[in-house]
Amino acid sequence: MLAQSAGRIVQTIVVLLIVSGASFSLLKLAPGDPVMLMLGAEFSQESYDSLQHDLGLDRPVLVQYLTWLGNFVTGDWGTSYVSRTDIFTVVVKEALPVTLTLTACSIVLAVAVGVPLGVLSAVRKDSVWDTGVAVFALTGTAFPSFFLGIVLIWLLAVQLGAFPVMGFVAPWDDFRTGMYHMVLPALTLSTYFIGMIVRVTRASLVEVLDQPYIAAARARGEPGWRVVWVHGVRNIAMPVVTMIGLQLGGILQGAVLTETVFSLPGIGQMLTGAVLGREYTLVQAGVMLTATLFIVVNMIVDLSYPLLDPRLRPR
Amino acid sequence: MNAPLLDVQGLTLHRGSIRILDDVSLTLGRGETLALVGESGAGKSTIAVALMGLIASGGVRIEGRARFDDVPDLMTLNEKGWSKLRGRRLSMVFQDAGSALNPCYTVGSQLASVLRRNLGLSRAAARSRAVELLESVGINDAAARLSAYPHQLSGGMQQRVMVAIALACNPDLLFADEPTSALDVTIQAQIIRLILDETRAHGASCIFVLHDLALASQCCNRIVVLYAGQVMEAGPCDTVLDRPRHPYTRLLKSCVLEIGTKELNPPEGGVPGYDAMPRGCRFASRCPQATARCADERPPLVEVEGRALACWNPG
Amino acid sequence: MAAVGPTTANAAAPPANGKPIRAKSMLRRRPFFSLALVITLGFLLCAVFAPQLTPFDPTAQSIDAMMMPPGGAHILGTDSYGQDILSRIIYGARYALLIGIVSVALGAAGGLFLGVAAGLASGWAEWVLMRVIDSILALPSLILAVAFIAILGQGVDKVIIAVSLSLVGPFARTVRSDVLQVKVQLFVEAAGLMSIPRMTVIRRHILPNVLFPLFVQVTVRVSEAILVSSSLSFLGIGVTPPTPDWGLMIAEGRGFVSFAAWMSGMPGLALALLLIALSIIGDGVREEFDPKLRSDR
Repeated sequence: MLAQSAGRIVQTIVVLLIVSGASFSLLKLAPGDPVMLMLGAEFSQESYDSLQHDLGLDRPVLVQYLTWLGNFVTGDWGTSYVSRTDIFTVVVKEALPVTLTLTACSIVLAVAVGVPLGVLSAVRKDSVWDTGVAVFALTGTAFPSFFLGIVLIWLLAVQLGAFPVMGFVAPWDDFRTGMYHMVLPALTLSTYFIGMIVRVTRASLVEVLDQPYIAAARARGEPGWRVVWVHGVRNIAMPVVTMIGLQLGGILQGAVLTETVFSLPGIGQMLTGAVLGREYTLVQAGVMLTATLFIVVNMIVDLSYPLLDPRLRPR
Repeated sequence: MNAPLLDVQGLTLHRGSIRILDDVSLTLGRGETLALVGESGAGKSTIAVALMGLIASGGVRIEGRARFDDVPDLMTLNEKGWSKLRGRRLSMVFQDAGSALNPCYTVGSQLASVLRRNLGLSRAAARSRAVELLESVGINDAAARLSAYPHQLSGGMQQRVMVAIALACNPDLLFADEPTSALDVTIQAQIIRLILDETRAHGASCIFVLHDLALASQCCNRIVVLYAGQVMEAGPCDTVLDRPRHPYTRLLKSCVLEIGTKELNPPEGGVPGYDAMPRGCRFASRCPQATARCADERPPLVEVEGRALACWNPG
Repeated sequence: MAAVGPTTANAAAPPANGKPIRAKSMLRRRPFFSLALVITLGFLLCAVFAPQLTPFDPTAQSIDAMMMPPGGAHILGTDSYGQDILSRIIYGARYALLIGIVSVALGAAGGLFLGVAAGLASGWAEWVLMRVIDSILALPSLILAVAFIAILGQGVDKVIIAVSLSLVGPFARTVRSDVLQVKVQLFVEAAGLMSIPRMTVIRRHILPNVLFPLFVQVTVRVSEAILVSSSLSFLGIGVTPPTPDWGLMIAEGRGFVSFAAWMSGMPGLALALLLIALSIIGDGVREEFDPKLRSDR
């Protein structure tokens, strides 16, 4: 098992390297000459050459890549060409926590709502409840999340005045207000995942409830709710976690849109602003960070399987 | 106390328009062991499952009466009534113990939960009782085994655990559904011995579901021979098997392979599909003694020469 | 219903006359499915016959008619430029379906190529190709599309390219796993096959088993493509105004939600309706033709 984990880690590192190469090329492929952008309207050839040399842009591409990679790993992500602020701070210290808070709240909400609905669906299979939940799940997964956000704003914030329209307050500064601002965004982001989790829960639970050990548990006199929740649900932990892992990309994607709708200063907003403002180093940093997060979390999910299913543990 | 422990009258199980079980009757006294024998698909397991109230409800209708001790009719119990009986007064050992034990929980926790739920033992008391039970079913190093997961044990040990769980609360009636079909031949004998010894020690009755006549003859007092959901012959094991009167029982007996004989005479044909069943005796299509009357009119189960027999033309 | 696809024992030929029968019984069994088909057809007709159907020119601005509520000459109202919303929605269907279908087709083609290559390769080449696919998959499609837009710039054609490229990864993954399943069966079946040239093997055995599930995936991913392109436009980095794109319209109407909700509401409802209909169709197709419902999406 250790060998397996080591292999997995090697794979991950190689993928990260490929992604870093691609990110680096992104910068190189982007239109516009960064030196010219920084110098402004008029400049002389000397100032151009000297700035280019300062920025290290006159060295061979491979050297530039390795320098950049070295810098990236050590946290020196450069400064934005236009705004001249330290990118690392902007991305990791300011934007990332916002996105992570949103993501975490949404996953918690999605599991808290999705699993019980999925269980209900499986236990009352083919009934009105089942169909109702299925319709709800389908609508949830298909409905465009950015429009949903606007609908929620219109309904709950504008019409009913129950929640704030936009803005982010850090929960670690002020938990109540922070959560209050998180309600609508988390609801928006989680809707898609509630749908997916409902489906996975239902499908897996239906299979699990068919297994002999469920009948055996009932034969031992376990009450119905325990059979479902203790014996049944425990066995679907793996498919559900797998689904969350698979959908992480979608979660990040949704976060980008949700942040824009609710004006949350997270990575999503930062990324879009960077593309519009042609701040390619920022785009590159954002892309690289997202990819790294995604890959690392997937690896963690993979490595967690033995914890969830005792059959996968080493004997 | 001469009243039988279990008295089943006219048990019929409809699924849609098919009768999986057709007017099955049997009785079982205290301390007796009964063998339900028949070919695959004859309905033997269905009877056991129905008498434990574990039949899945979709599209199934059950008629008939099953008196168990002081419960006038098992078939009229609701889930609450069943949960008082299952695990405590009625229990079941399943065919494939490996899949009848929840893979995500240790063997000890599954055993202990039965003890705590049905007997109200404390955590510590349940644990020590669990160790005792495992030892009594012949598992060495019982205390260490408590924290084992089912997949870490061999087939024979898994089955022993099942027996321990089934007998943990001293039930009055134990169902053993083909308890050894999934095991090696050498282990089979041990497990059967174990079940017999333990039920005798607890003063419980036992219903074995088997397709092996030889095994039935060795371990049971009484036998019920089933074909396609109908009872063909029933009575004390010795009587029925030494001098079978029903053509089907004779057929079964002739199929039992004996070491030393050089001839193999398998019978012709197989069980017809349930939609092609005759109105009368279902064995009519394969019976060497069948007459026209047999397919039309169902022979009643009558007392003949010390056993119950349902045949117009007994041999 | 018999399972279809690479996991069946006789993987050689795709179902020939199974399909029409299945289609009919599928329609009978799922009422929502027929409704979804009708709705999608409606949008398709809008897309094709847009010029004939629209009462107004979708990009005709008018200061007098700014932000008029639904009713009267403008059935669904007007936006902040005075453009008729209904006309823009009908043309929006054209753009949504055009971008969606073309992107998926291109993405599928790319994924097919990459997936077959990865599936048939072995040893180091396979390992490297798999890492390449993994790295493409490391980013969710929207973010990947955003990255491509950063390089390419905005506009309908750039959006199509960006979305197609972002779909290559998921397609490549499913194609590769299908190829692997067939590959294993062939090797099990055959000493005899070794004398057959490789291209023939690909053409006759592998492709049929790969194309059918690919077709199923395509149906499923059209809605994803439309969602990604609308999202790009919503974020302001997709199509350029005044192109009548639903995502763009929703974004434009966002600031006016408190008193002119129809500006975002109408295109939003149109988008939601089309996406839900496509989802139902995609699900229906997938459930009928995919052997295991829990395969990776």
